[in-house]
Amino acid sequence: MIEVKSLKKSFGTNMVLKDISVTVKPQEVVVVIGPSGSGKSTFLRCINLLETITDGHVYIEGTDITDKKTDINKVRTEVGMVFQQFNLFPHKKVIENIMLAPMKVRNISAGQARKKGLELLRKVGLEEKAEAYPDSLSGGQKQRVAIARALAMEPKIMLFDEPTSALDPEMVGEVLEVMKQLAKEGMTMIVVTHEMGFAKEVGDRVIFMDEGLIVEENTPNELFDHPKELRTKAFLSKVL
Amino acid sequence: MDIQWNILAEYAPFFLKGTLLTIGLSLAGIALGTVLGLFIGLGKMLKNRFLSLPFGIYITFFRGTPMLVQIMLIHFAVVPLFTGETNAVAAAILTLSLNSAAYIAEIFRAGIQSIDKGQMEASRSLGMTHVQAMRYVILPQAFKRMIPPLGNEFIVLIKESSLASLVAAPELMYWGRAMQGQYFRVWEPYITAALIYLVLTLSLSFVLSRLERRLATE
Ligand SMILES: Nc1ncnc2c1ncn2[C@@H]1O[C@H](COP(=O)(O)OP(=O)(O)OP(=O)(O)O)[C@@H](O)[C@H]1O
Ligand SMILES: [Mg+2]
Repeated sequence: MIEVKSLKKSFGTNMVLKDISVTVKPQEVVVVIGPSGSGKSTFLRCINLLETITDGHVYIEGTDITDKKTDINKVRTEVGMVFQQFNLFPHKKVIENIMLAPMKVRNISAGQARKKGLELLRKVGLEEKAEAYPDSLSGGQKQRVAIARALAMEPKIMLFDEPTSALDPEMVGEVLEVMKQLAKEGMTMIVVTHEMGFAKEVGDRVIFMDEGLIVEENTPNELFDHPKELRTKAFLSKVL
Repeated sequence: MDIQWNILAEYAPFFLKGTLLTIGLSLAGIALGTVLGLFIGLGKMLKNRFLSLPFGIYITFFRGTPMLVQIMLIHFAVVPLFTGETNAVAAAILTLSLNSAAYIAEIFRAGIQSIDKGQMEASRSLGMTHVQAMRYVILPQAFKRMIPPLGNEFIVLIKESSLASLVAAPELMYWGRAMQGQYFRVWEPYITAALIYLVLTLSLSFVLSRLERRLATE
């Protein structure tokens, strides 16, 4: 599904991803953890080319996205992304946030896009907020709308970059619940998060990154309870 | 100070004609300046430094030199260079457009750059092209923020159109000066001109604040 081969990324002379290779199988949920600045966001952003890749290859369903001939807009419709800061469009109503890309990118009619949008809002428990503006929503509600917006493009893969870190603690649960539901439905997901409960419940694999490298990779229970590397131990003792 | 109403009455038709030209110059300056300003603002935002350099120089020149100097240059040197003769109205419109374009370019650029980077990233991650993201996400938000500074710029432009009197374009201030020259009176012409300018600028602010409120509730 996703194959990352010797991915390297530099900002100027600062090498942020040094040599990352990962394979993600269909329906797999991979959780990425690691200290601040270790390159987790950059890794996710390389997978849908929000960052240009310095070296290496990323294959999505066999398509090499680093190939100049690849239509990156097409690739991005297959890869949904959810951001820490939600990034909802403040000038559009909730339902319009969801309808915009399907209408403009996929040329779906407004009626159909609305129907689909309402369905997705029901799924994330926010059908009654369809006509509200994002500013009037709580953080948890915003993030659930952002998830619905990404799902509207019917992506095959979803990337989550610390989706609950900007939320008040009492709102984390509602967002994780939606993500768990997605995982159960078989969505392929890469999730950067430090929510260990979530990782243990739905994660198939946890990757620990530090300084632009994958230090350790294992099932959630193994990695959290029996870390092999010193750096992993040191990190876990700080966050757990 | 005793106001001589009879000479004011005599000059009323000239003030009216002058006011119409002032409005015309301002509207032309606003329209051309906005179009040119958008273009120059986009040019200034080009990632390639060599391509964006000329736009930067343009902005620096027009913002860094007095408009009086610009209008003299354009009236006596630039326009005759192209047409072989001077034309005060053309020179005034050209100067107002070129000058305001420099300010509008910066307003435009600042408006776009004030929109959070995450908006573009979210749009692109949904598969929109750069142009689609600009059109449906970035520009509608930037436009709202640009209205107050654009309004200020338009008001400045109305006032600065009075410089056209110095190259003898027969706008409002030109007739004020003509009246002073003919009757050696200063209060009547200039108070009248001031009041008319005030009416013009206040009307424009009124329209703009209405527009702003309309957009705010949308
Ligand atoms: N656009 C950029 N330009 C220059 N350097 C960048 C840029 N984006 C990220 N970096 C650098 O890359 C490194 C990794 O950043 P990244 O955001 O991927 O880390 P992270 O693991 O997601 O951290 P956090 O947990 O704080 O989100 C950091 O040192 C950061 O300063
Ligand atoms: Mg990050």
